[in-house]
Amino acid sequence: MSLMAEPSATGRFGEFGGRFVPETLVPACEELEAAFREAWVDPTFRAELDYLLRQYAGRPSILTECANLGEQLGIRLLLKREDLNHTGSHKINNVLGQALLAKRMGKHRLVAETGAGQHGVASATAAALLGMECKVYMGAVDVGRQALNVFRMKLLGSEVESVQSGSRTLKDAVNEAMRDWVASVETTHYCLGSVMGPHPYPWMVREFHRVVGDEAKQQCHDLFGDVPDVVVACVGGGSNAIGIFSGFVDDRSRLVGVEPAGGAAVGRGQPGVVHGMRSYLMQDEYGQVLEAESISAGLDHPGVGPEHSYLASIGRAEYPSVTDAEVIDAFQLLARSEGIIPALECAHALAWITREAANLRGSTVLMNLSGRGDKDVAQMMDILSR
Amino acid sequence: MTGILETALRDKRAAGRKLLIPYITGGLAGWQDAVRAVTAAGADAIEIGLPFSDPVMDGPVIQQASQMALEGGATPVSILDEARSLDVGIPLAVMTYYNTVHHAGHERFAHQLIAAGVVAALVPDLPLEESGPWCAAADEAGIETVMFAAPTAPDERLPRIVARARGFVYSVGLLGVTGERGQLASTAASLARRLKAITDMPVLIGVGVSNAAQARQAVQVADGVVMGASVIKRILDGGADAAGDYIAEVRAAIDE
Ligand SMILES: Cc1ncc(COP(=O)(O)O)c(C=O)c1O
Repeated sequence: MSLMAEPSATGRFGEFGGRFVPETLVPACEELEAAFREAWVDPTFRAELDYLLRQYAGRPSILTECANLGEQLGIRLLLKREDLNHTGSHKINNVLGQALLAKRMGKHRLVAETGAGQHGVASATAAALLGMECKVYMGAVDVGRQALNVFRMKLLGSEVESVQSGSRTLKDAVNEAMRDWVASVETTHYCLGSVMGPHPYPWMVREFHRVVGDEAKQQCHDLFGDVPDVVVACVGGGSNAIGIFSGFVDDRSRLVGVEPAGGAAVGRGQPGVVHGMRSYLMQDEYGQVLEAESISAGLDHPGVGPEHSYLASIGRAEYPSVTDAEVIDAFQLLARSEGIIPALECAHALAWITREAANLRGSTVLMNLSGRGDKDVAQMMDILSR
Repeated sequence: MTGILETALRDKRAAGRKLLIPYITGGLAGWQDAVRAVTAAGADAIEIGLPFSDPVMDGPVIQQASQMALEGGATPVSILDEARSLDVGIPLAVMTYYNTVHHAGHERFAHQLIAAGVVAALVPDLPLEESGPWCAAADEAGIETVMFAAPTAPDERLPRIVARARGFVYSVGLLGVTGERGQLASTAASLARRLKAITDMPVLIGVGVSNAAQARQAVQVADGVVMGASVIKRILDGGADAAGDYIAEVRAAIDE
């Protein structure tokens, strides 16, 4: 059986996961679980989703060999190009799946949380395509640093609410989206943006991103007849990482999820419960959740998806962290050496690769380039002109 | 064995009294005075909030109170310490989110409550399916865990919630989070009625019971009400005395 099989009946990956939600939401989570379970084995649903992924999102995404940077680092470096998907990141894989599922369940309104704005843009896009109503919650701090994505969501016909509570970042956007869902659950689907939240979300969102790992495995096989030695991805909630890991978890590949130093849930957290799940969580001595702080809004999550906590706890994957300064260097390095401007999120993965290059010498490294950097260009211009 | 909270509520109900439980955020400046004021004004028990950084069942008013308390340096330990000296003569319950309990450890948390003179706990993000380990520790220590029932629950779910409930059954008044509403939602009476039909445990409506008139309306069906945001708003605007005056007004309305 695969290490990434279905979670237990209570939504557990080992001792992580679960369904810690207000009583009001329990029936909705049960209904969603049943609907997903049924849809996922229904060839009609799979064909519908596959059609959208190919004809709309642009799948399969290509694998790019980075000859210049690979030579410079002394490794064979391959990038899974999720940045080339429609809307510019891996987020669209999950969103198209959830939006189709919501329609199938007779729900025509989506609520979503967003950090960097990528999941918000993807949700707004799916809502526009499928004729649904969409409201995106975004922390006021992130609204400030990702103004272009806010405008994009509005152009796509979605409402964007700037969240003023708590630390006014991603975790508070999740809280506010959940509060909306508690009040609107009969007509609304909560389109959660990562492998987090109450069961069935961590499992369902993983399945919607499995396509990344499946494609990459085939592409590696076609290219060099083997699996990579190392598979690397950045980790916020952990969806792009779980997607690419899913292709290699049962092989010999080393799996590395890179967290920001200021949001190292696995590295610095302890098991805790927030946003409906038990997982590693940055918290104080009384269990108050700490604010994550990094250069990339999309990774500013004090927690991490429960399956990552599980993979860490059994030693199958490792979760190092990198600093903002290392990320800024990696961002520029990829632009100059390969002509690819990465999202700041996945620049974290490259920052780890460059730092570890001496230890990786001679190996084949597959990195998930989870998104493109256009949204971060203004912020980088600011940082680099200081 | 029936616990202290449930016994107190059953006895008062048997005497013909409608039940009134105000919620007060622990650690808010002057919160102990507010507890004393609402007790004097006719509260039957008190729900003390242990503020949490991410209160998903709470609307803006209680969020604000929680944040103020946390910024003022309140911790679960400091609040329980202060609760110990309250000595108001009515049962004290705490309401908090599960990570507070999880982080302390189930047994340790239950014993901290006992040591503070608290007899019951409400944990709104710990639904039936996840409640086993905490409830076992709470039962063992003699802490009554109040369970929430929501309007979305199918009929088959309610008896299981009732069976697990201690103290009273919390009948969630509407689809939504805490906060004041212009009128009592129609779901408030319908859910309370469904619960009353299957249990003789006290059933109290909470969330969205926003003023004396709505409380009076709610107790036509339920055994009582839990009032949160409207009490906190009085405390924030006018201090402990304002909260006391308000609870006196609610008391009069439900006694009519
Ligand atoms: C490009 C990109 N990568 C990664 C992430 C982080 O999310 P996850 O860890 O779920 O992949 C985000 C989130 O906004 C993102 O926009």
